[in-house]
Amino acid sequence: SSALRSYNLTPPQVNSILKANEYSFKIPEFDGKNVSSVMGFESNQLPANAPIEDRRSAATCLQTRGMLLGVFDGHAGCACAQALSERLFYYIAVSLLPHDTLCELEAAVEAGRAQSPILQWHKHPNDYFSREAQSLYFNSLRTYWQELIDLTRLIITLYQVGDSNAYLHYWVLRVAFSGATACVAHIDGHDLYIANAGDARAVLGVQEEDGSFSAHTLSNDHSAQNEEEVARIRSEHPHSERKTVIRQDRLLGLLMPFRAFGDVKFKWSIELQKRVLESGPDQLHDNEHTKFIPPNYHTPPYLTAEPEITHHRLRPQDRFLVIGSDGLWETLHRQEVIRVVGEYLTGVHQRQPLKVGGYKVTLGQMQGLLEERKARTSSAFEDQNAATHLMRHAVGNNEFGTVDHERLSKMLSLPEELARMYRDDITIIIAQFNPHVIGAQRHDKS
Amino acid sequence: LAVGGDPQLPPLPGQARVVICGGGIVGTSVAYHLAKLGWTDVVLLEQGRLGAGTTRLCAGILSMAKPISIESQMASYSSSLYQQLEEETGIKTGYVKTGSLCLAQNQDRFISLKRLATRLKVLGISCNIIKPKEIAKLHPLVNIHDLVGALHLPEDAVVSSPDVNHALAVAAARQGVQILEQTAIQQVVVEKGHVTAVETDRGSIECDYFVNCAGQWAYELGQASEVKVSVPLHGCEHFYLLTKPLQEMLSPNTPVIIDMDGRMYARPWQGGLLSGGLEKNPKPIFTEGRNQLEVQNMQEDWDHFEPMLSALLRRMPNLEAAEIHQLVNCPESFTPDMRCLMGETPGVSGYYVLAGMNSSGLAFAGGAGKYLAEWMTYGYPTANVWALDIKRFGNLQSSRTFLRHRVMEVMPLLYELKVPRWDFQTGRQLRTSPLYDRLDTQGARWMEKHGFERPKYFVPPGKDLLSLDQSKTFYKPDWFDIVGAEVKCCKEAVCVIDMSSFTKFELTSTGDQALELLQYLCANDLDVPVGHIVHTGMLNERGGYENDCSVVRISKNSFFIISPTDQQVHCWSWIKKHMPSDPHLHLEDVSWKYTALNLIGPRAMDVLAELSYVSMTPEHFPSMFCKEMSVGYANGIRVMSMTHTGEPGFMLYIPIEYALHVYNEVMSVGQKYGIRNAGYYALRSLRIEKFFAFWGQDLDTFTTPLECGREFRVKFDKDTNFLGREALLQQRQEGVFRRFVMLVLEDHDTELDLWPWWGEPVYRSGQLAGTTTSSAYSYTLERHVCLGFVSPPPGPEGLPTPITPDFINRGDYEVDIAGQRYPAKAKLYPFSSLFTQQKRRKEDMELSNFQGK
Repeated sequence: SSALRSYNLTPPQVNSILKANEYSFKIPEFDGKNVSSVMGFESNQLPANAPIEDRRSAATCLQTRGMLLGVFDGHAGCACAQALSERLFYYIAVSLLPHDTLCELEAAVEAGRAQSPILQWHKHPNDYFSREAQSLYFNSLRTYWQELIDLTRLIITLYQVGDSNAYLHYWVLRVAFSGATACVAHIDGHDLYIANAGDARAVLGVQEEDGSFSAHTLSNDHSAQNEEEVARIRSEHPHSERKTVIRQDRLLGLLMPFRAFGDVKFKWSIELQKRVLESGPDQLHDNEHTKFIPPNYHTPPYLTAEPEITHHRLRPQDRFLVIGSDGLWETLHRQEVIRVVGEYLTGVHQRQPLKVGGYKVTLGQMQGLLEERKARTSSAFEDQNAATHLMRHAVGNNEFGTVDHERLSKMLSLPEELARMYRDDITIIIAQFNPHVIGAQRHDKS
Repeated sequence: LAVGGDPQLPPLPGQARVVICGGGIVGTSVAYHLAKLGWTDVVLLEQGRLGAGTTRLCAGILSMAKPISIESQMASYSSSLYQQLEEETGIKTGYVKTGSLCLAQNQDRFISLKRLATRLKVLGISCNIIKPKEIAKLHPLVNIHDLVGALHLPEDAVVSSPDVNHALAVAAARQGVQILEQTAIQQVVVEKGHVTAVETDRGSIECDYFVNCAGQWAYELGQASEVKVSVPLHGCEHFYLLTKPLQEMLSPNTPVIIDMDGRMYARPWQGGLLSGGLEKNPKPIFTEGRNQLEVQNMQEDWDHFEPMLSALLRRMPNLEAAEIHQLVNCPESFTPDMRCLMGETPGVSGYYVLAGMNSSGLAFAGGAGKYLAEWMTYGYPTANVWALDIKRFGNLQSSRTFLRHRVMEVMPLLYELKVPRWDFQTGRQLRTSPLYDRLDTQGARWMEKHGFERPKYFVPPGKDLLSLDQSKTFYKPDWFDIVGAEVKCCKEAVCVIDMSSFTKFELTSTGDQALELLQYLCANDLDVPVGHIVHTGMLNERGGYENDCSVVRISKNSFFIISPTDQQVHCWSWIKKHMPSDPHLHLEDVSWKYTALNLIGPRAMDVLAELSYVSMTPEHFPSMFCKEMSVGYANGIRVMSMTHTGEPGFMLYIPIEYALHVYNEVMSVGQKYGIRNAGYYALRSLRIEKFFAFWGQDLDTFTTPLECGREFRVKFDKDTNFLGREALLQQRQEGVFRRFVMLVLEDHDTELDLWPWWGEPVYRSGQLAGTTTSSAYSYTLERHVCLGFVSPPPGPEGLPTPITPDFINRGDYEVDIAGQRYPAKAKLYPFSSLFTQQKRRKEDMELSNFQGK
């Protein structure tokens, strides 16, 4: 730790690290009124891996209504998370299109006409977009909607698309052999849908009548902590594998999330994996990871990308939604997350006002108490972005729930090779709702 | 009972001479002093219980260390009043003479305390500048390590303000004042501009006078009369801490500590300490108005108090172990300029106000109540209270937004170090000239008077603007050279100063009424040919200046009256008060209709001649004349051959829609004559070195023309009666006891010595002889010039002695700046003047005139 001490960063340095990836988007107003139920969103990412394996996406559906927000937490490389961040929203958006629109789309592509765009992306300059794969992606998407035109499938199918058949392409194989969890929100009016696969999480910030904030979790983690998931996995495999299918809280003793995209090593049969590797490009052979077959691998698939979908009808007291990768949730309790964001967004610090009452308090004790409370609020003013502010807390919180600059500075100055030992990649998206619109809509209905 | 309410309450009288609203310390003080002055038919109404508002929670510090002399005088009177109140009424007031210590953490604060000390000594208030070591001797807890020194006022005291309130009420009641609690005033009834009655929740009372002492609620009460009365004040929360008795009980006569740099104060309280402060980020309250119950429910806010607690512990580190008793939230009302609001309102006669105490209610209440009672009794108080007169404000300071923003600046400012010529930062750009933007882009730095923005000086291109705005010093300021260049240009070429803020009235009539009214109101003769300009005072019965103005006879029956900016409300109500109600006599405020440009300097006439094709030489356009003429394309510009500084030049009164055009023409034609913009600082330097007295700074309602060498502006030789004539004739008989003089500092190093400002004591041959009223550096004399009044010491029987030219010419004068005395030459006339010879003869004559008779 003596080596770490020399890395002390100044507050401006800390800020520049924390703010490097911050992004915010405000829904434009018309006639001075915001008619959308979402006022806008703010997001940020802090890498621990080099390069970062988390991805985030945000887009507005142009041909239908609503907004899509997603957090993708990659593992064994970032390829799968990257692909998801670029592609998944198109599949969701296309599946929401009415039949007629799909036919028009197909006709336009067939005739070589320009198609009206489906999504408007809201991207940070650092959010990577792979140009090379675009035509491949597009063909796959087209195949998908062609299928949709023929028979309307359930939205669930699209979550399996990531694994589809163009496996000869190295690019795609890298995607297939890496993995990623996904947590996506679709918000349209007062309908909020969460599709989740893995251990990223979506939590709603609800403002109570007394002004305080409470957390309402909208997604379930797919991990060993979720008994239903453990039961599901055990039920899908023979009793003989009961002890081996989940070991040390991991799938086959290896994988933390129990649902994920990619990760064909947990999905394909051993034969298929070998065949693909043999016919695939040389680079794959050199990769020890891809060649490795998980132990006790008897009855694949062990892993699914099928999302769990939840619906929530927004109420006026629902103020914001936080979607975060597990890197966030393992550092801060969800209730603390909601409190920090809620107090930041309302500018009100819901601390209990101090009362001396009948207690014996000396001036010195009171001064110490007040200084600590002051330090807690002052950090709020440094940030213009709720996600950045939350990140500051996630990384820098001390045991008193206050941001400790020294701790923050140490955590951010960790060298690349050490960072992953202390923390995970953190990705945060915070969408703010418009209580007036939500309230008004409810009122209209009644 | 016909009216609802508590049957226990005594019945409401149907009629009274005076109704006072507010049973706090201010209202009871007014009642007490009215009773003392012989008023018998006085009713005081309180909506809750006596002293239940701010008075109840007041910290109880009675300090005479106040920023302006009239406030110190009030505090000094309050002190002697409260001291004897227990004896007078038999009610314990908790008065303890603790003395107080105003601490200085830095040299600048120390200078300001030294300046204050010189001012207090003039008033006879005892005080000493002491060293940190002596502070430690006086107070057992104070940490002196970061202190430079302190001002010790041994006569300051602490007192229980609810008890004083009670004693005043009891004393007033004994003299016949009726005090009714739980009676709320709903409306003040006004008929024909005069108060006639108040309506309460228990019925109405007819009355001739109404006094609004409603404290926090004075603003709302003002709005609740048929003719709305503007009482510009706004509340802020104010916090102080009470500790339990200390381990080693603090003696009750431990001095009060006022640490303005730490923004805190502390006094002994029941063996412990009471400590509060005036924080940087005050919490304004009651913006929308509330009822009194709210005061009872004020919440403590420890987080807000944190800086004050830290300041206290820094000052008294040993208090760390002291136990908290309570944090008190006591709302206080603040005004736009840190001074209280006193006097008769301009719009409604018989409607008086005393409110807005800026957290010094206890210290001011005694003196302020006395002055207000005198005002109601004699028509004026016995001291010059212009700084507190509610007529310094008008409706324009009545906006709730303005008040809220301004008091948030005012509250911290009360403890802030104020250097010469500081300005308020909030509530600005309210009234501006149409040229504001043009001037601003040319580097104008602004000051504000009566809501109007006026240029101070113009920062030349390339100068560092930021550092200039931030420079704060008691020594030579950064703008020294900038103003110097503007002055030089006024003397050698031509400058233009935007003086649009001046108050401008037009008085017109069908017959002679306008002339008759002005002949009565003005000391000088206004029966002059059309086109003449007359400088004249408007005097009160005592011969003192209520206003000092320039009047232009525009036509036979119409006059254009130009007064100082802050006279807008005062002068209006003064004229209205004396104006017969005659439909053929009409007074109009045309301040907003004209932009005023002052062209100063020897080349002014060349610029104007070129723009108007009319010769502007003195032969064609003699001094003190006004002509309507065209300037550039614009017609109907009132051009006056006068300036307010004594330099040659012209005033242009331009209908506002032509302002930009005329300004542009003047600037473009002026190029070849070296024209430039100038500001009020240059003007100040010019007028002071020319010995020009300004109303509001040098002249006040207690100064007569004879005392400031302006007898030549009084129509003694005419057989016309005018206000103040009797008093002046009598003064001419008896001689004057004080004289306005010009003091030129010698042996004063402009670079290294403290600069004079105003209010500095003047000594003659070692004896206190007067004080300065304004001062400036004269770039011509290359010396500081102070203007002020001196008077000879009283005669053997304590009677005032008439002043003689010898007294002025033969004395060794000194001006005391922050405790250091600088020798000065006293003069009765300026060094250089256009008409020096002529004037000198005239003034010498005047002086000998009033001495001889």
